[in-house]
Amino acid sequence: MSQYVLRRLLIAVPSLLAISLVLFVVLALAPGDPFSELATNPNVPPEVQAALRARFGLDDPIYLRYVHWLNAMLHGDWGFSFVSRMDVDTLILQRLPATLYVIGSAQILALLIAIPVGVYAATKPYSLFDQVANTLAFVGFSLPTFFTGILFILIFSVTLDWLPFVYTTDIKATGIHYVLEMIRQAIMPVAVLGLFQAASMTRFVRSAMLDVIRLDYVTTARAKGLGQAKVIVKHVMRNAMIPVVTLIALQMPAVFGGAIVTEQIFRIPGIGSLLISSILSNDTPVVMAVTFVFACLVVLFNLIADVLYGWLDPRISLR
Amino acid sequence: MLDKELRSMIGDVKDGRMDRRAFIKRLAVVGLTAPMANQILALGGVAMAQSPNAYPPTKRGGGGPLKLLWWQGPTLLNPHFATGTKDQDGSRLFYEPLASWDANGNLNPILAAEIPSVANGGLAADGKMVTWKIKPGVKWHDGKPLTADDFVFTWAYASDPATAAVSISTYAEMTVEKVDDLTIRLLFKNPTPFWANAFVGAYGCVIPKHLFADYKGSKSREAPANLAPVGTGPYKFVEFKPGDLVRGALNPDYHMPNRPYFDTIDMKGGGDAVSAARAVIQTGEFDFAWNMQVEDDVLLRLEKGGKGKTVYATGGDIEFIAINFTDPNTEVDGERSSMKTKHPILSDPNVRKALALLVDRESVKKAIYGRAGRTTANYLNGPEKFVSKNTSWEFNIEKASKMLDDAGWKVGADGIREKDGKKFKLLYQTSTNGPRQKTQAIVKQACQKAGIEVELKSVVASVFFSSDVANPDTYPKFYADIEEFQIPMTQPDPALHMRRYISANVATKENKWQGQNFPRYVNKDYDAAIAAAETETDPVKRATLYIKCNDLLWQDTVFIPVMHRLKVEAAANNLRPALSGWANETDNIQDWYREA
Repeated sequence: MSQYVLRRLLIAVPSLLAISLVLFVVLALAPGDPFSELATNPNVPPEVQAALRARFGLDDPIYLRYVHWLNAMLHGDWGFSFVSRMDVDTLILQRLPATLYVIGSAQILALLIAIPVGVYAATKPYSLFDQVANTLAFVGFSLPTFFTGILFILIFSVTLDWLPFVYTTDIKATGIHYVLEMIRQAIMPVAVLGLFQAASMTRFVRSAMLDVIRLDYVTTARAKGLGQAKVIVKHVMRNAMIPVVTLIALQMPAVFGGAIVTEQIFRIPGIGSLLISSILSNDTPVVMAVTFVFACLVVLFNLIADVLYGWLDPRISLR
Repeated sequence: MLDKELRSMIGDVKDGRMDRRAFIKRLAVVGLTAPMANQILALGGVAMAQSPNAYPPTKRGGGGPLKLLWWQGPTLLNPHFATGTKDQDGSRLFYEPLASWDANGNLNPILAAEIPSVANGGLAADGKMVTWKIKPGVKWHDGKPLTADDFVFTWAYASDPATAAVSISTYAEMTVEKVDDLTIRLLFKNPTPFWANAFVGAYGCVIPKHLFADYKGSKSREAPANLAPVGTGPYKFVEFKPGDLVRGALNPDYHMPNRPYFDTIDMKGGGDAVSAARAVIQTGEFDFAWNMQVEDDVLLRLEKGGKGKTVYATGGDIEFIAINFTDPNTEVDGERSSMKTKHPILSDPNVRKALALLVDRESVKKAIYGRAGRTTANYLNGPEKFVSKNTSWEFNIEKASKMLDDAGWKVGADGIREKDGKKFKLLYQTSTNGPRQKTQAIVKQACQKAGIEVELKSVVASVFFSSDVANPDTYPKFYADIEEFQIPMTQPDPALHMRRYISANVATKENKWQGQNFPRYVNKDYDAAIAAAETETDPVKRATLYIKCNDLLWQDTVFIPVMHRLKVEAAANNLRPALSGWANETDNIQDWYREA
């Protein structure tokens, strides 16, 4: 097992290097520069722009900039944002709590809905429950989050005036009021995102369960006289969860990365909106750092998924 | 009105033979507005009228929180590093200049004890020296006193090229010296009619010497105060999260009586303009939202029975179509739109005039800008005293067609005009932006009716407005026949705004397209008028010179002005923001209050 993990880790290092190189080159070749807003401003002479470019190393050749970046990164220096002139790691850490809270809750909500509904629907395929669940799931993942988001805002904020639609990081309240307010403002984004995720996940859980439920060993288990609940939970679910774990594990980076659209709609100051605004202002160090963190997370969670497979089905890690 | 008559009237007011109100009334008869009359007086040496104090709160604080929504939140809080107005707006909550511009283009003292004038000895007659008196007893938020040293330091800081401050051009051409603890003197090399630039408005904010002294020049990025500002303003810094939140709390030692009104101030960033409008106008979650770049129809719909409304401020921002005087399709020495070429179609002045007749400003206003725009024939639209009355615009397809016929462009078999076997085809580029693409469609339609084929192109804004030398799609490269965008007028003085189009400023490969004269317009009269205006201290003559420059741009059809754009903001019904088209939204934040 440990050898298996070690082997996976060793593969991860060169892939991360390759990913960082590709990201860096793509960003360096992309059009636009972080000081474009200064270009239309008659108060800012071209020399200042040139000085800024030189100071921030934008005029160096790409390979040199990459080597600098890699070197700094290895020393734990993430560089600083051209736009806010703040260290990138501070910037990301500032944004992380909101993302983890909102997107994480949405992910948990999705799991809480998807697993029971998917499992139950699979045990009674083509029953009324299954058909209703299926229809809702189809509707759920056909509606994009920007649509449901705005629909929710129109219903719950504008018409009913129940919920705020601008997410505030600093609520001026303490104790229980703070907690309640935090929950209140997260209801809409969490619901929008959670229901969307739940819809596709339900379909996935259901089909994974159906695949397993028809296998001979399940019939054998039933024939031995095991109760329905025991068969489903111990024999079917454990095996059916392997593909589901893959799906969830690969979605975990998204939890950290934030849901860009949802964050924009509800003004959640998360990583996703940081990435979008940094891309728009060509703030290369931030874009580089955020995308690289994504890459690391994808690699990491792939690794975790692999290890989980080994636990769920010991045959996998032996190969 | 005759120059001479005006002058004698100014003299009358100065000597007390005529009162101010009578003067304004007399000018109103000939169609000049009160602010314009005020400006003429001020520049004629009569002290500027202090804006009437329309600030009713009688005590400091008690106004609760003020919640502002900036759909692009501030990303840094050092006013001398600001990229874009969002950063200036955020910095301005904490830092202050000597004075700011009010809605009428008058100076409003903030840290200054009084506005310099010829009468109080603040302005030298030769236009080379300004003396500012600083208000006594002002304290930085950390309790240290504000003195002349801070101003001298701010000047040295901003004018040092190694600091790479965006305000450098405001401070580089002058010297600032300390007279005594509360007096500074600004010395200019040349007579400078627009003296109220340094220490005024967005770039004028003074920073504390005791916190920045160690971070001048190349170490400027490292200053801790860049992220935690210590200023003199109405609100004290509490918290900052770039792009997301700026928070301040009432400054109990603020130097103006009964101000500020609000106990805390929050500036939330992110999102888009439409939902920002909704949060203020429809749901009332926020008190004020900045820069409503939203179609007027949408705003009107939101305003029905809403908790807020839109408010407008008039400045000089102009949306225009610029004409390329050089040939974008011929390459000379590796450069397109080279000064060695002439535009094959548009170098004919009559063709340019015909093109101007094909832009239907009224329809553009109706369909797109609504209350946020005014139709205009002028490139220079404010302040009033600089606005030309000699120009006019017209939308007339028949007239344009006739002019084109006369110029030798005959309609061919395919309905497109041609001359000497060459088709009348234009490439019309602009940035990707809803209203601009709509304007393109309106102009294209009229052109088609007149037998001109127009190809539309839109370039993503981050490329179009970049200074990226390698990219062919930036606006200064101008690899198109005509192009549209907006140039904001950031000061109530046209000097910088008009100086762009002198021939020395032509954008070429040689200056890496950093020259701001992108239409590549060359006119000796224009150059001469700009040169004269820059050192002309007589305000009436100077205004005449800028009007002449505007008229030259109009006669030569260098630009086809499309819309004089107003600033559009959303505010809660009971909020009374102090806005000015000549200043940033937060530039008079100390005067904001809420009506009970």
